Amino acid sequence: MAATIECGTDTNTLVSNMSVKKAVEATSALTLRILAECPVTKARACDLILPHSSVSTPVFMPVGTQGTLKGITVDQLEGLGCHICLGNTYHLGMRPGPDLIEKANGLHGFMNWKRNLLTDSGGFQMVSLVELSEVTEEGVKFRSPYDGKEILLSPEKSISIQNSLGSDIMMQLDDVVSSTVTGPRVEEAMHRSIRWLDRCISANKNPDKQNLFAIIQGGLNADLRKACLDEMTQRNVPGFAIGGLSGGEEKDDFWRMVTLSTDHLPREKPRYLMGVGYAVDLVVCVALGCDMFDCVFPTRTARFGSALVPWGSLQVKHKQYAKDFQPIDSDCQCPTCKRHSRAYLHALFKSDTAAMHHITIHNISYQLTLMNSVRQSIVEGRFPQFIQTFMKRMFPSRDQYPSWAVDALASVNVTLE
Amino acid sequence: MSGSRMKLELTRVVQGRSRLGVLKGLGKTGQHSLEVPGCLLYTHLGTVPHLTQDTLHTLSPLPCVTQVNLSNIAEHRDVLEEFKDGFRKFAGLHDTVLYCSLHDPAAPCPTGYTTNKTVSVWGSGGRIELTVAKFMALQKTVQADWYQSMADGETWQNTTSRKRVRKSVDRTLAHLDECLLVHQSSQELKGVEVFGVVEGGDILEERIRSARETAKRPVAGFCLDGLQTGSVDQALRIQLTSAVIKELPEYKPRLMQGVGRPDEVLDCVDAGVDLFEGFFPFQVTERGCALSFNFDISPDPERAGRAPPAVLDLNEEDPAGGTQENGDVNLEDQTQMTHFEINLKDTRYQDDFRPLVNGCGCYCCRNHKRAYLHHLLVTNELLAGVLLMIHNTAHYHSFFGALREALANDKLDLLTRRVLGGRSKQKE
Ligand SMILES: [Zn+2]
Ligand SMILES: [Zn+2]
Repeated sequence: MAATIECGTDTNTLVSNMSVKKAVEATSALTLRILAECPVTKARACDLILPHSSVSTPVFMPVGTQGTLKGITVDQLEGLGCHICLGNTYHLGMRPGPDLIEKANGLHGFMNWKRNLLTDSGGFQMVSLVELSEVTEEGVKFRSPYDGKEILLSPEKSISIQNSLGSDIMMQLDDVVSSTVTGPRVEEAMHRSIRWLDRCISANKNPDKQNLFAIIQGGLNADLRKACLDEMTQRNVPGFAIGGLSGGEEKDDFWRMVTLSTDHLPREKPRYLMGVGYAVDLVVCVALGCDMFDCVFPTRTARFGSALVPWGSLQVKHKQYAKDFQPIDSDCQCPTCKRHSRAYLHALFKSDTAAMHHITIHNISYQLTLMNSVRQSIVEGRFPQFIQTFMKRMFPSRDQYPSWAVDALASVNVTLE
Repeated sequence: MSGSRMKLELTRVVQGRSRLGVLKGLGKTGQHSLEVPGCLLYTHLGTVPHLTQDTLHTLSPLPCVTQVNLSNIAEHRDVLEEFKDGFRKFAGLHDTVLYCSLHDPAAPCPTGYTTNKTVSVWGSGGRIELTVAKFMALQKTVQADWYQSMADGETWQNTTSRKRVRKSVDRTLAHLDECLLVHQSSQELKGVEVFGVVEGGDILEERIRSARETAKRPVAGFCLDGLQTGSVDQALRIQLTSAVIKELPEYKPRLMQGVGRPDEVLDCVDAGVDLFEGFFPFQVTERGCALSFNFDISPDPERAGRAPPAVLDLNEEDPAGGTQENGDVNLEDQTQMTHFEINLKDTRYQDDFRPLVNGCGCYCCRNHKRAYLHHLLVTNELLAGVLLMIHNTAHYHSFFGALREALANDKLDLLTRRVLGGRSKQKE
C-alpha cells in the first residue's frame, strides 16, 4: 500500500510532491495531512490517518501499560476524545503473552479498543525495570521477573511481539542508554540502533497494517544525533521518534536535541517525542515541531490525588481542599468537574478508589484539551499568542518562567512577554 | 410519624409470609418508589465502589435508593455543616433517594466501644463516638430521606451474655426515643423517615420484646440488626426473623441488615423480609470474583432448565475450593468465596474468551471476556474492580428482579432450585 502525502489543504502539493512520495511509497499504513504550519514557530497541525481512525495532531497519547488505562473503561476514554493510546510491549509480552493476545485478535480485540494503538519496543522497560539486562549485538538479554528464565529480546522478537499485538504504530527496538551517559557507549548505541532499525524493518510481517517508527538516538551529542538522523532518514519508515531524552538530562540539552532532530526530520512524516507530557514541555516541543507525545505522568500523578490545571496542579488530598466546594477547574468540561467538587473528591479519597478514577479522567481530559487548544491556535494562525497566554496562566510571574523554555521559544522566534 | 409519606403497598403475600409490593412515597417530594423485595444501592460515601457516574449509569435499572453510612460520613461532619445543602448534593447525586445507616455492612465493626450513652463508628481516621445529640446533628447535616435510628448492635458474638443482650435492647429503645424526640422537634428533618432497630441477639424473648416495643414507636419501618452473615447460622436467623416479623405491623417495611448471599436472601424473603443492603456484589468484587449463579425462571421452554454455562461449568468442579455447603457458613470469614461466583484469578480463565455470564447485558459482559478480566486481576489493574463491580451489581440486582417475578408467579421454589443449582437446601 502506497503512502499518500498531502501537504496543506492544497491538493496540488500532492502532485508536486512526487519525489517525496516516491521515497516512502514502499510500505506504510499512514497518511499525514498537514493542515497548517505556524508561520513563526516550527509547529504544525496535521491529521494523521492511521488504520483504526484519524488522529488530530499535535496529540498527547495516554499510556495504558497493561492493556488498560488505569481504571478507565474504553468507552470513557473514547468519550474523552482519545484516538490513540499506548500499550507496553514488555509488559504485554510477559503477561498475557503474544500468543494469547493474537488469539484475542490483537491488543485491540483483547482490550476492546476500537481506535489506534501505539506499542513501544520493550527495550526501554527492559533497561529501566529489569536488573541484569545485558545488551549485545543480538539484542537485550534479561532474566524474567516471573520465572527467572533468561530471555533475549532481539529486534526480530520485539517486532514479532508487536505484530501479534497488532498496534497501528510499532517502535523499533533501540539500544537505550541513559541520557546522562556520555562517551563511546553513546556512539555504539546510536550505530547499533541504526542496525537494529534495519533488522526491525525486515522483520515486520504487516507493513501494510502496522507502521514501524524509527527512533533517533545519539544522546546529548549533536554530532551523533545528526549522524543518526542522516542514516535513519534514508530508511523507508513511515514515522520517526525522538528517543533517548526525557531521562533526567538538563532541560537545556533536552530542547536543543529536540530542535536539532526536527530540523532534520522530513516534513511529511510524523514526529513523536517519547516520554514527554508536562504541559510546558508539550507546548514548547510543539513549537519545536513535534507532533506526538506520551507520558505516564498525568495518569500516575492522578492516583496520588494530583489534578492538572492551567495554573499547574492541585493536590486534592491536601487539607486546604476539604471545604472547597468548587470543581477542580471550573472551566473544565470533563465529567469529574461537571459533577464533583474538590471537597467531595478530597473526602472520597478516604473511602474509595473511584476518587483516583475521577482525577485520572480529569487529567486525561486536561492533556487532550490542551493539545486541542494548541492545534486550534495553530490552525487559526495564533499559536505564538497562545503560548503567551498559556505561560502567563501557568506561572505567577515572568521571572518564574523556566529559562530553558524561554530560550527554546526564542529559538523559534517567540519572545515571552 | 407526622408527615410520613413512606407507604408500603403489598400486591401479594405468599403463604402469609413472603411479600411482593411497592414502597411508595420515597424522597422529599415522595415521587420515588422501590419494588419489594428490593435491594438498596450500596456505596462508599455515596459512590458505588470503583464506579464513577459514567460507569454506574451503564447499569439500568438501578434501584432508586442509595445507601450511605455514618462510618464514612461522620468524619466529614464539619465539611457538611459548612456545605449546608445536605449529603446528596455534596456527593453529586441527583435523582436518588438517600438512606443513611449507622455502619458499613461490608466492614466489620470492632466491639467493646458502646456505652449507655454512645455508639462508635469507624471511619478512615479511626473511631468516632456518637451521642444521640451528635448522631442527630449529623442527620440534620446529612439530610437523608430516611435513616436508621441509633442502635447498640453489639450482640452478635456468640459469647454475648443474656444480660448484655437485654442491655442492648434497652439501650436501643432508649436511643430511639431520644432520636425521635429530637427528630420531631427539628425543622430540618421534616418529612424525613426513621427506621427503628430490632435487636435481641440470638435470644428469642429479647428479639420479640425488641420488636414489640419498637413497633409501638412512630417509625416508618424496621431494621433487623445483629443477624448478619457470620453472626448466626441460617436456621437460627430464620427462626428469630419469623418470630420478630409476627410482632411487626404488616404495612411497614422490614430491612435485613448484613445479609446478602442469594440463598440467605431467599430464606429471609420467605420469612417476610422486604429490603436488603446491596453490599454482597462488592464483597464478591473485592475477592476478584464474578457472580454467575442462575436465576432464570423464564417459562420459555427453550430457556427453561438451561442454566447459564457459567453455572454449569462451575458445578463440575467446586469453584470455592471446598467451601461449605450452603447454609453452613463460616462464621468468621466473610471474605471466602461462595458457590454463587467464579474466581477469575483461576488460570482456567486465562484463555477463556467468553463473557463472564452468557447473555448478561451489563457493560462488562457486552464488551469484555473472561480472559481480559483474568489478565486485569493478575496484573492488579484498577479496571478489574470497575468491570467486576459493574457485572456483579447488574447480576445481583437482576436476581432481585427475578425474585419479584417469582413471587408474582408462584415460582419461588423454582427460583430457589435454580439459585442453589442442584445443591440441597438445608433447613433446620
Ligand atoms: Zn475536569
Ligand atoms: Zn455481566
